[in-house]
Amino acid sequence: MSYIVAEKLTKKYGSGDAAVKAVSDVSFQIEAGEFVGLMGESGAGKSTLLSIMGAMNTPTSGTFVVDEIDIYELSSEQQADFRREFLGFIFQDFYLVPYLTVFENIMLPLTIVEKNRKQKQAMVQNALDQVGLLEKATRLPNQISGGEKERVAIARAIVNEPPVLLADEPTGNLDSKTSADIMKLLQTFNSDGMTIIMVTHSEACAQYAHRLMQVSDGKIVVDQPLSGRYLAN
Amino acid sequence: MTLKEISIKNLIRRKGKAFFVLSGLVIGVSTVVGIISYIEAMTSDINHKLEKYGANILIVPRTENLTLTYGGLSLGGVSFEMQEIHEADLAQVSSIKNARNIAALGPLVLGVVEVNSHKVLLAGVDFKASAILKPWWQLRGQLPDENGVVLGVEAARILRLNTGDRFNIKDQNFGVSGILQPTGSQDDQLVFARLNTAQALFDKIGRVSMAEVAALCHDCPIDAMVKQISDALPGAKVMAIQQVVKGRMQTLGQFKKFSFGISGVILLIGSLVVLVTMMSSVRERTDEIGIFRAIGFRKRHVMKIIFLEAAILSGLAGIMGYMLGWGSTKVAVNLFIDGHSGIVPFNIELAAGALILALFIGLVSSTYPAVMAARLDPGEALRTLQMQDQHSFLSRYYLQTMRFNLYQEMS
Repeated sequence: MSYIVAEKLTKKYGSGDAAVKAVSDVSFQIEAGEFVGLMGESGAGKSTLLSIMGAMNTPTSGTFVVDEIDIYELSSEQQADFRREFLGFIFQDFYLVPYLTVFENIMLPLTIVEKNRKQKQAMVQNALDQVGLLEKATRLPNQISGGEKERVAIARAIVNEPPVLLADEPTGNLDSKTSADIMKLLQTFNSDGMTIIMVTHSEACAQYAHRLMQVSDGKIVVDQPLSGRYLAN
Repeated sequence: MTLKEISIKNLIRRKGKAFFVLSGLVIGVSTVVGIISYIEAMTSDINHKLEKYGANILIVPRTENLTLTYGGLSLGGVSFEMQEIHEADLAQVSSIKNARNIAALGPLVLGVVEVNSHKVLLAGVDFKASAILKPWWQLRGQLPDENGVVLGVEAARILRLNTGDRFNIKDQNFGVSGILQPTGSQDDQLVFARLNTAQALFDKIGRVSMAEVAALCHDCPIDAMVKQISDALPGAKVMAIQQVVKGRMQTLGQFKKFSFGISGVILLIGSLVVLVTMMSSVRERTDEIGIFRAIGFRKRHVMKIIFLEAAILSGLAGIMGYMLGWGSTKVAVNLFIDGHSGIVPFNIELAAGALILALFIGLVSSTYPAVMAARLDPGEALRTLQMQDQHSFLSRYYLQTMRFNLYQEMS
């Protein structure tokens, strides 16, 4: 059985005649260690699909299984535990907590983890090192650039060493050079075994993925492997 | 980093809101503390003054014989024939539950004697106890020895006696050691001698006609004390001087009720201030809470953050509220209570009560916002924010386009 299995996922918003299908009867499987790019036009249903994969949006019908765990059979608190243990999120708008320093923002997912302070600090240092922000640890989010904010968001997503990383347009607000740096970083994580599912509008960014899913009108219309020039392996 | 650190940092960041919550609670708590402290100070002051009024409980023999009026009260049967109280029995009064609240116990022997062809009431009293029981007494002269008496001003006038004069009662010679200044009471009409002198004169050794008790103070319920003394002296009738006690206590009771009502309203307003501010804070922090939930915070973690914030502010408000209320009371007693010492003691129980009250109000008022925050669906929260971001982006875009068009037209 594949690591991630989506079976006939459907998500409707509204009801009756006003109901809109954001995701319609979508099925796919993703193996552990894959890097999947999810593309499509605005409103195609990519973000909805990503939020369903992130255990944050209960589908109207269908099942979503990760590591043989049927996510939407779990209670909301168990889903929170699942997110903490299995998933790392990178949001398009960073969503850093403005009153916490870079170091504290990265430590946020570890706040509720049963580890001692030294272990947590070591994990944050490691994440900071991986994204190259060691010297900016004490800065507040409003004291760093957009690219650095994205790196902080990435470090926060990987600090708990989750097996799956979900990224929603991680380079949406960045220039092309910074975007390339971020993509290389994601590629490094992927080569270390992390499964990455990334929503993007950018074809250049999509070239870093192993596999591309094209979403249109809530359906996956293209699902194909990629062998672009940026592939690490 | 811990949840507590997140709460503290958020409070520091949102100083305005924190200050607003703190102010609401401090005003509420300090008002309650101020009112309670002020009432305590008033009660203490009234009790102190009541003690100055002297005796407020009377112990008389249980009889239906001759009546005699004293201090506007019926003293029951005080006569030669009736059964008097044994002086030794009065010792039982010191064993009642509220014995420590008894300021003075004054046995009294009453009898009619003839002086200079006038019949007059002679009272044998314990002059030491009388200093507390009748603080209004102002004696011109000295306290009497075993063969001396003190005269009420009217008695001295009618008997035509002055300090130093001598006269006979039942063939026994007595000297006038002093005369009381006018009291406006029945004491003006009496002749006072030492208790043992009067007992010997009336042949009532070891017996008394009645006893007066000064017992009003902060925590001695007069009715309960009357019952306790009645139980200790089954052969006696015990009465409170109700008109003095009840009138003042009733006024104080009404003031207390009114004050507590006002305090309740102020606390309710304080609670609403906390509720509204915390709700607004939660709404403002939709993104943060969405992130917390998205990265795996359980509902209880989110609630804990909100409750910690409320507890920190409430704890501070409890301490500050007590100090402010205490200080205000000090100022108020100096301004409004004449003759008060101005000393309002630090009341550890009230301080602890203020802290608990503040915490209770803060936490109860924060429950709904905390539940609301915990129920926030992470996907929904982040989706709403994305829509807001898109909306603000579009707004900025249209604004810039309009400015550009305007600039083009102008140039």
